[in-house]
Amino acid sequence: MILVFVEHEAGVPLATSLESLTLGRRLSKVMGLPLHASVAGDGARGVAGALGAYGASAVHAVEDPRIADYAPTAWARALAQVAEAGDARVALAAATDRGSEVMAHVAAIAGLPLAASCVAVAAGDPFVVTRQRFGGSLLEDARIDAGLKLLTVAPYAVPPEEVEPAVEPEIRTVAPDLMEGDLRVRLTGREAADDGRVSLSDARVVVGGGRGVGSADGFRSLEELAGLLGGAVGVSRAVTSLGWRPHAEQVGQTGARIAPDLYIACGISGAIQHMVGCKGAKRILAINTDAEAPIMAKADYAVVGDLRGVLAAVIEEIRRLGSS
Amino acid sequence: MEVVVCVKRVPATAGKITLTEDEVDTKFLSFAVSPHEECAVEEAVRLVEAHGGSSTVLTLGPAEAADQLRDALAMGIGEAVLLETDGTEWDAVATARAISDAVSARREQGRGLDLLLFGNESADTGDFQVGVRVAHALDLPCVTGVKALQIADGRAVAKRQVGSGWEVFEVDLPAVLTIKEGINLPRYPSVPGRLRAKKKEIERIVPERRPAGPERLRLHLPPEQERGVQILGTGPEAAPKVVEILREIGVMAQ
Ligand SMILES: Cc1cc2nc3c(=O)[nH]c(=O)nc-3n(C[C@H](O)[C@H](O)[C@H](O)COP(=O)(O)OP(=O)(O)OC[C@H]3O[C@@H](n4cnc5c(N)ncnc54)[C@H](O)[C@@H]3O)c2cc1C
Repeated sequence: MILVFVEHEAGVPLATSLESLTLGRRLSKVMGLPLHASVAGDGARGVAGALGAYGASAVHAVEDPRIADYAPTAWARALAQVAEAGDARVALAAATDRGSEVMAHVAAIAGLPLAASCVAVAAGDPFVVTRQRFGGSLLEDARIDAGLKLLTVAPYAVPPEEVEPAVEPEIRTVAPDLMEGDLRVRLTGREAADDGRVSLSDARVVVGGGRGVGSADGFRSLEELAGLLGGAVGVSRAVTSLGWRPHAEQVGQTGARIAPDLYIACGISGAIQHMVGCKGAKRILAINTDAEAPIMAKADYAVVGDLRGVLAAVIEEIRRLGSS
Repeated sequence: MEVVVCVKRVPATAGKITLTEDEVDTKFLSFAVSPHEECAVEEAVRLVEAHGGSSTVLTLGPAEAADQLRDALAMGIGEAVLLETDGTEWDAVATARAISDAVSARREQGRGLDLLLFGNESADTGDFQVGVRVAHALDLPCVTGVKALQIADGRAVAKRQVGSGWEVFEVDLPAVLTIKEGINLPRYPSVPGRLRAKKKEIERIVPERRPAGPERLRLHLPPEQERGVQILGTGPEAAPKVVEILREIGVMAQ
């Protein structure tokens, strides 16, 4: 079988997991093997139905009260056991925090190589993956020689595709055989972000600011615009390194990944490491004094000019329309 | 508190990468460690400042990686170990094995170990796995993606950031932690720090390379994805056009 590790939030599969399932389904067709999913955590069973729409013929629901909440090593042990019992040829997960972590544990447990952040797979002999390096500014073709190929899938590389008609997956309960050490690392608590603001990852509009904003104070107009549009403020690494804004707001390779309907990038040059974080943005509007800045070629819309004047005028225009 | 922090020398790419026949062309590039690792080094220095003990920086890489070790020494790390290679790329399995062997050997020599720190993923290969593999080899607990850390009573409370806030993990020491940028703001090394670092001895070990895959076949550049930009105007006069677009996309509150 082809085995896909599916993440979910309260019973709803994550979009990134549906991307992995879609890649898994392509592999299952080429390799002539059934597509299975493995789901762990509270409500795992409830996710099964939604996965039939992406072609999963069976869903392994890991049910063990000790690991109902996230426990990376134990979840990986369960996944490795499902893979072994079902003689899986490929096991994959999204290259998210959890997907990357669980697959790394599976690889360590099984003593196998793991290809991270894949964007494509040629499932022939040899089995060749194309994977991202440098956050996606470089690609590598690499060959995996192992009975069980392990990989993670880069976000946004494979658009999710539903199957027609949806299949009704068989649900199989998994009671993993855990080792003592597997329970050493478990999620023991959660803390809500304390500010009650729109979270970057969920925001429909992100107003981004870079070095061009000029100072911590300069962010007032970005906050105002974000407020008017019900969005959130995001920043470049230059800004967090200067201590103007908290790192939680950083977008990019070593920061957050965002997927808003609109990303308004103000005074941001558009370095590859920054753009990696906004690949999921549907539209990008760049405001920059430099018409030749790299961001200009990567945006859908651009305004050439000083962001201070442009933002002030945009805010005024929105207010004018709002009050008329 | 005995802390070991592992870093990797990588080319500091800024714009578009250029390739020689089969490698990243580094002729015009400087080298650095990933921002995650820079923060891991800073965290190691702060832990020893707060709890006493000693810190060691370790890297697997070519002789030139001594530069990155000296950068860490200049920030306040106590000792440095170079697992010296001939410059050939090592895969994650082979790298993890060499690091685990080196750390085990230190422990056998009676060196303590409370925390073994890594960056969450390297800036170049982005494998997301060396720290986890080393944790398994040494039979230690591992928390990845750590962006806040407290140590007390032989335990680590490590937090990672998620969209809605923080996830909290508590583990006994010794432990492996992979660190993310944002846990701290790394210091700039002082001039005396730099001078001291220059004179420090670096311990060199030559590990045996045992490749395990994936096997690299070739590198290539991704296709350019230009979105075909529409220039809305210049300066404040562009505002009405901007607002029109906001409406069109449907992001204006009605
Ligand atoms: C391994 C690695 C990981 C990295 N991770 C990240 C990451 O996660 N996120 C990230 O952002 N970066 C990251 N970087 C850094 C990245 O390479 C860039 O250095 C950074 O994104 C630059 O930030 P910036 O665009 O704000 O600054 P600059 O590149 O300095 O750009 C400033 C821009 O502002 C414009 N400008 C100046 N004044 C004005 C004005 N008044 N009005 C309008 N425009 C103006 C300028 O024309 C310029 O285009 C990483 C780098 C490395 C090596």
